[in-house]
Amino acid sequence: MTRVRDLIAKATNPTGTVFILLVLILAGVFAMNPGFFEGPSLMAFLKQAAPLVILAAGQYFVIVSGNFDLSVGALVGAQVVIAARLIDGEESRTLPVILVMIAFGIAVGLVNGLITTVLKVQSFITTLGMLLVLYGAIRLWTGGAPTGSLSESFRTAGRFGIEGVPVLGQIPWALLIMIGLGAGAIALMRTRFGRILMASGDNERAASLSGARVGTVRTAAFVLSGLSATVAGILIGGYAGVSAQVGDGLEFTVITAVVLGGVVLGGGRGSVLAAMAGALTIEALFTLFNQMALPATLRPTVQGAIIIAAVAYAAGRRVRPAPAATTTATPS
Amino acid sequence: MKTQRLAAASVAALGLLLATGCTTDTPDDSPDDEATTGADSGDEWFVQADYDEQLAQRDIEPEGDPNTPWLQAIEPEWIDTADFAQEGGDATLCFSNASVSNPWRVTGWITMQQQVAVLQESGQIGEFRHSDAGDDDDQQISDIQAFIDAGDCDAMIISPSTTATLTPAVEAACASGVPVIIFDRGVNTDCAVTFIHPIGGYAFGADAAEFLVDNLEPGSTVLALRILPGVDVLENRWAAAQEIFGDSDLEILGNEFTGGDAAEIKNIVSQYLERGEVDGIWMDAGDGAVAAIEAFEDAGQPLPVMTGEDELSFMRKWEETGMTALAPVYSNFQWRTPVVAATMILAGEQVPAEWVLPQDPITEAELADYLERNADMPSLHYAKFGGEDLPGFPDAWRDR
Amino acid sequence: MRRPRIATLGTTALSSTAMIYLALAGVLVLGAAAAAIDGGNLFATANLVDMLTRTSLTGFLAIGMTLVILCRSLDLSVGYVAALSSLVAATTMDGQAANVPTAIALVLLVSGLIGAANGAIVTFLGVNPFIATLGTGLILKGYLDTQYKGPAGDVPAVFQQFGYTRIAFIPVSTVVMLLVAAAAIWFLRSTRTGHHMYAVGGDVDVARMSGIRTKRVLITAHVLCGMCAGAAGLLLAARFGTGSAEAYTNLYELDAIAAVVLGGTLLLGGRGGVAGTVAGVAILAVLDTVFNVMQIDPFAKDVLRGAVIITAVALYARRQLDRTARRPRFALEGRLR
Repeated sequence: MTRVRDLIAKATNPTGTVFILLVLILAGVFAMNPGFFEGPSLMAFLKQAAPLVILAAGQYFVIVSGNFDLSVGALVGAQVVIAARLIDGEESRTLPVILVMIAFGIAVGLVNGLITTVLKVQSFITTLGMLLVLYGAIRLWTGGAPTGSLSESFRTAGRFGIEGVPVLGQIPWALLIMIGLGAGAIALMRTRFGRILMASGDNERAASLSGARVGTVRTAAFVLSGLSATVAGILIGGYAGVSAQVGDGLEFTVITAVVLGGVVLGGGRGSVLAAMAGALTIEALFTLFNQMALPATLRPTVQGAIIIAAVAYAAGRRVRPAPAATTTATPS
Repeated sequence: MKTQRLAAASVAALGLLLATGCTTDTPDDSPDDEATTGADSGDEWFVQADYDEQLAQRDIEPEGDPNTPWLQAIEPEWIDTADFAQEGGDATLCFSNASVSNPWRVTGWITMQQQVAVLQESGQIGEFRHSDAGDDDDQQISDIQAFIDAGDCDAMIISPSTTATLTPAVEAACASGVPVIIFDRGVNTDCAVTFIHPIGGYAFGADAAEFLVDNLEPGSTVLALRILPGVDVLENRWAAAQEIFGDSDLEILGNEFTGGDAAEIKNIVSQYLERGEVDGIWMDAGDGAVAAIEAFEDAGQPLPVMTGEDELSFMRKWEETGMTALAPVYSNFQWRTPVVAATMILAGEQVPAEWVLPQDPITEAELADYLERNADMPSLHYAKFGGEDLPGFPDAWRDR
Repeated sequence: MRRPRIATLGTTALSSTAMIYLALAGVLVLGAAAAAIDGGNLFATANLVDMLTRTSLTGFLAIGMTLVILCRSLDLSVGYVAALSSLVAATTMDGQAANVPTAIALVLLVSGLIGAANGAIVTFLGVNPFIATLGTGLILKGYLDTQYKGPAGDVPAVFQQFGYTRIAFIPVSTVVMLLVAAAAIWFLRSTRTGHHMYAVGGDVDVARMSGIRTKRVLITAHVLCGMCAGAAGLLLAARFGTGSAEAYTNLYELDAIAAVVLGGTLLLGGRGGVAGTVAGVAILAVLDTVFNVMQIDPFAKDVLRGAVIITAVALYARRQLDRTARRPRFALEGRLR
């Protein structure tokens, strides 16, 4: 019985809220359309949701260490446009261009991180400025609209997968990448680096007094965010091709996803798994809207209400901690 | 706690206010009332007279040389501009642009600049001043005001960001005595010397809807993909389509707002495909059309009958797949006409009061020709840009 | 030992404000020089009017945002509130000059209530202000898109004067904005609630324990911020002659936040003021006008803007930022109840 109580306690703690929400929303989707959970459509959903999940993991590192990264949307857009223009349809250029993109993602993350840690500019402002710079610079470079095109091999990661799988139909590469990177992120948070990251968000002064390189770790978090944006760019570009407003407004959706996952804005609390679950929850919510044929203009309202309700609920739980089932160790 | 109750009360009051907002905000009986509540969403964007006029204009032969469609005019009512005539060229032309925030506008802007370059060569235009409002109505009002205050514009070209809100600014521009030329979107005043535009949104939407009706069996399913709500040029397109679909035997599965985002479009179309067949796709603009087609490919479904726009990526995919499609146009070459009109006005020549440009969709028969003429162009270029005869062709558009 | 926050108000606030006005002067000089080299005149009437008009709209929003940020909160819904306000104003006025006072009152009421709702969600439900106001903004967006299918309402010529008349080259809207700024400065310096805002932003637990009604203060800040956004909506209605939901697409809130931070108010709360914010708004306006006069490519404008914002904050952030971790985090975070 204590196991069950343990489970309930875990599920209803602030981080657990997102899993309940996810289950509720998926139940709603199932009610609207049982066919959703058939192999191919489930795989399609995960293929399309993967970029947001990966972005949520990257943003988690930044938020848990006490910062914001508002530039991810613009970076995703920039990466897709860079890829299209440099590849310009030539298959042979795919790999070198991907390397360039990775370098660019790291560079942007480094700049964000250094400006925040060394120049001591608040990350909100740094990344807001970076958003404007990326947005303008890319359009300046392409004359206002994306040019070129992505090669077929570039688009494989986001659009295709392992074909002919029984029951599931196609296992998208995007899903495999998402699982791989997700596992990596969870593992990373268990290392010393992860602990320092969490500590620097929790109590910066104590962390630095204890000898941890707070600045280095925070900059590394920005670099990870930049890399996550690069991977997301590869997946989104692959999935949808090049369009003019790729990535617009993505940063707010990502931050919302991370917060839904119980990560506290300001740092020091939350798990990367929950952040990724938050991303899945948001994507599931959008799918639910679609299945319910909710009038398009009402969707932002419902979205806003749900976000406030979910975060309020989690905040409430945080203040009134769940009955500590572990302390009363007597088996029933 | 008192504050708690106060706050709770204010939240409740707010909720009540929002709920009753339906009644307090409805003005009484004013003729240009657009804030109807609970009314049919299509109604306020559907003006029967305009609809009929535009659909009729599609069949009228325009005056002028078909090789220079940007100079053609449908049923023009010529007016005298002798009052504005100026001696000796070198006119200062001022242009207030709404924005270059989408590939259609970027293409048009390049075309306009190339046209200006030609006229600067010939000495008719001296300085070409332009401002970009970034789609911000308030900003554009300031931009126009700045041109008025500068006092040395010989002619003003305005591409308004929104119809109603830019009206006072345009009226102020007219009042300053400078000849004003409006193009693309209009305003709620006709004080401008000429208003240049292709036939219009109703015609665009109707061309697309009629194509689907003609090429689909009765009872076929159609999905409508729209960009944004509340934009008059786009709402008119959908209003016309609704009118035509309403009279047909086609089943409209739904109309979704996509923001023009390719990933969103692909996602939405994929979800509809999961739940059933989609036989036709109606789009109110070409952004992301290719993503919609790919959704069908990825789901292993037969390609739909589709209408997009004269955007090259859509046209190339159309040719590659051999699907049944139509590319309605919003005549990108309309960006050339205002500049030419300005020089005509300053030379005292007659111009049409309302300069209605032809708006002919690209059909299957014309597809190959347009693709060949635009062979080197980037994929987000618009085929009917009308700039092939300008000296900057093809580099200015290709190497944008 | 830490000195009480209120005592430090006078000294540090003044010198940092002076520094920002110095920066504004610098930007003006550099901008004028750059424009002159390019052949333009930054101080021509047309450009001065342009500059000042830009300050009005952002100014209203930034003044309200300052109050909220001082309390260590945020308001991302101001753009939507302004759009809604413009529609409420225009539809209530309905072309009749007699309706103008009712319309103004109604706008202030509605925007104030939305501010109160924001404040309530932050204080009573314990939701982080970023999320709370993002959520409110989305709720408003849905309402606007569903209820209003485009511009609506009709503003009588009498009220349009608010958006268009000027005294020499100073627009009336700028004068009103400066009056509101002056009122805000007086409010922050001379009233108890104003002082309390600095305390709440500095350290909410210490403030509460010293007897300040922290929730009331925070909600007041949000209500005032909402009403400032309402004023911005009135200005939009006056300029457009009608109400417009489109206004929310221009991300005015990010501009307002940038102006507040440029003006020296800390995002962490507790330090700064409206005087600095006005300078911050002016700096952004001067920059935009200089870019316009020099006909800089609109995309280059974005790059320059972003770079300037970061550089400016970097230059005086070092000086001001007090990085001792005075940020209460978990145990007491949600405890504003």
